[in-house]
Amino acid sequence: MTIELGDVLGHFGQYGGRFVPEALIGALDELEAAHNAAKTDPIFQAELAELHRTYTGRPSIITEAKRFAEHAGGARILLKREDLNHTGSHKINNVLGQALLTKKMGKKRIIAETGAGQHGVASATAASLMGLECVVYMGEEDTRRQALNVARMKLLGAEVVPVTTGSRTLKDAINEAMRDWVTNVATTHYMLGTVAGPHPFPTMVRDFHKIIGEESREQVLALTGTLPDAVLACVGGGSNAIGIFHAFIPDLGVRLIGLEAGGDGIETGRHAATISGGSAGVLHGTRTYVLQDENGQTIESHSISAGLDYPGVGPEHAYLHDIGRAEYRAVNDDAAMAAFSLLCRTEGIIPAIETAHALAGALVIGKELGPNATLLINLSGRGDKDVQTAADYFGIPL
Amino acid sequence: MSTALELVFEKTRAENRAALIAYIPAGFPNSLGCERAITALVDAGVDAIEIGYPYSDPVMDGPTIQEAAEISLKGGTDAADVFSALKVASATGVAAVVMTYWNPIEKYGVNEFAQSIADNGGSGVITPDLTIEESGRWLEAVSNCGINPIYVVAPSTSDARLAKVTSKTGGFVYAASVMGVTGARTSVSVDASALVARVKATTSLPVAVGLGVSTREQAKEVATYADAVIVGSAFIKLLLNAKSEQEGLESISALAKELAKGVREGR
Repeated sequence: MTIELGDVLGHFGQYGGRFVPEALIGALDELEAAHNAAKTDPIFQAELAELHRTYTGRPSIITEAKRFAEHAGGARILLKREDLNHTGSHKINNVLGQALLTKKMGKKRIIAETGAGQHGVASATAASLMGLECVVYMGEEDTRRQALNVARMKLLGAEVVPVTTGSRTLKDAINEAMRDWVTNVATTHYMLGTVAGPHPFPTMVRDFHKIIGEESREQVLALTGTLPDAVLACVGGGSNAIGIFHAFIPDLGVRLIGLEAGGDGIETGRHAATISGGSAGVLHGTRTYVLQDENGQTIESHSISAGLDYPGVGPEHAYLHDIGRAEYRAVNDDAAMAAFSLLCRTEGIIPAIETAHALAGALVIGKELGPNATLLINLSGRGDKDVQTAADYFGIPL
Repeated sequence: MSTALELVFEKTRAENRAALIAYIPAGFPNSLGCERAITALVDAGVDAIEIGYPYSDPVMDGPTIQEAAEISLKGGTDAADVFSALKVASATGVAAVVMTYWNPIEKYGVNEFAQSIADNGGSGVITPDLTIEESGRWLEAVSNCGINPIYVVAPSTSDARLAKVTSKTGGFVYAASVMGVTGARTSVSVDASALVARVKATTSLPVAVGLGVSTREQAKEVATYADAVIVGSAFIKLLLNAKSEQEGLESISALAKELAKGVREGR
């Protein structure tokens, strides 16, 4: 199998590339050059590694989930604990890298979009740490669902702009951030939070997250003496999934399985499972799978998880799907919430609702693969931010 | 064979003036209202009509065009409505083009879209988010159909890239006057004249300036250095604010007449 992971124009097979106004080309070129230089710059790499060691809390540990595994056909379940990172999710890996690049480019202001608020909080954190001005665009609907994270961002000194256009969720927050960027591109870096968007974002954000897979591949080998049978992660835009998948792509015996948000069920049309239920198209500057109607208008996505509630997906996932290197399945809201509850009660870990989709996938895939299998799951974020949503869902009075 | 758009620029060059291009989204405020607006604009003296294809995620557009697109899409506007508005515009005798984000073209079918533009009397298509690097299939399709591929350049576009973009452009080069989204502004940026000069150093194609023009004075100023003035949000704002359809049509007609004077006063 020949796998092309990004040409010079940022293509993954027929996906990726750049579909943006000319006004942004200069900034994208500048960012690409800064990223390429940083990749081989020992000083940059040492600076980022030191931040990860002393600030993020890397390497993140592996936890074996034995009691949870009893519900997954007895397969061995290993959790990569990105939830233990500073700010509570994998998102910090990317923002520290991009914040360092922002300083190298001499820009003083960052903008970011956020759905669940994980990336917004991470961006506000990195901006605070490095003395950058930070504006976060967040759909008005999401500011309501994730009020705690809005307060967090404000405490960290960021300005949070509620977006009132369109579906008032992540997609519209990205539109608004792109409008800001087109206007203020000379002074501002757009700290995109996932592996989507125009080149070089999908490649660059992946490069900042691939440490998840690199660490866990070594950790699993050390623990079990062999590679896992399957690596699982939830997929919205796909940053935590590509982060843990990437190091395993050449290991063709390792199944890579992305769990998308099935919402009320793909058959209902109310979901965010872009690969499972969408088609090839262009959204937010990249060619990928998109939820769209017959005229190419984006269809609003639906998920109990604000962080997965996005009608596009990273182009590298679209490509890995088409060539059969990774597989993608949908997990409905109810299955995700059942897995959420199960992890709380069997392991004493409250996961993010995003992450619960991967856990729900593990319950099914563990049974398919049997008791001799080992599953590595990216526990991409912690669930503190979701307590309100979960309490509502389970009928716990607050 | 020349497109109607190319003939418009031959005419305005002969008259030593800039052309006036008016933008209106298909299906806005509704199908019939859009057709009436096109007729009103043409009667008031615009040289070309730009039909917008409303899109769900218009990242290049400011609040005015976003609102118009949302109204149009709620009314069910689709590709057929875009082509029918195009046909209405071209039938009036002025040049007519479509402006659209890329995804609707890709979904419709690249060759089929270009062919439908030609079949409905359109001269070309403005594609604000299609980069030259991703244009291979599109350039082949427009060339086969004899229509103009119109690209947008920005003040931040480097000279080397301007040359690359304009070498693939047909009809005219769309110069975005400012860094930012569409919408009426109180002044047209000084960047615009510098950008037009830089574009002209790379091509003999006409250069049109858009983004922010809303008054006769601004049109006159832009007409001193550009080959065309594009006005969109100013018309849409009048239609959005009008208390009745008739009032809306009268107000856009009055503005178009003023702008038509402006483009004739620049030189």
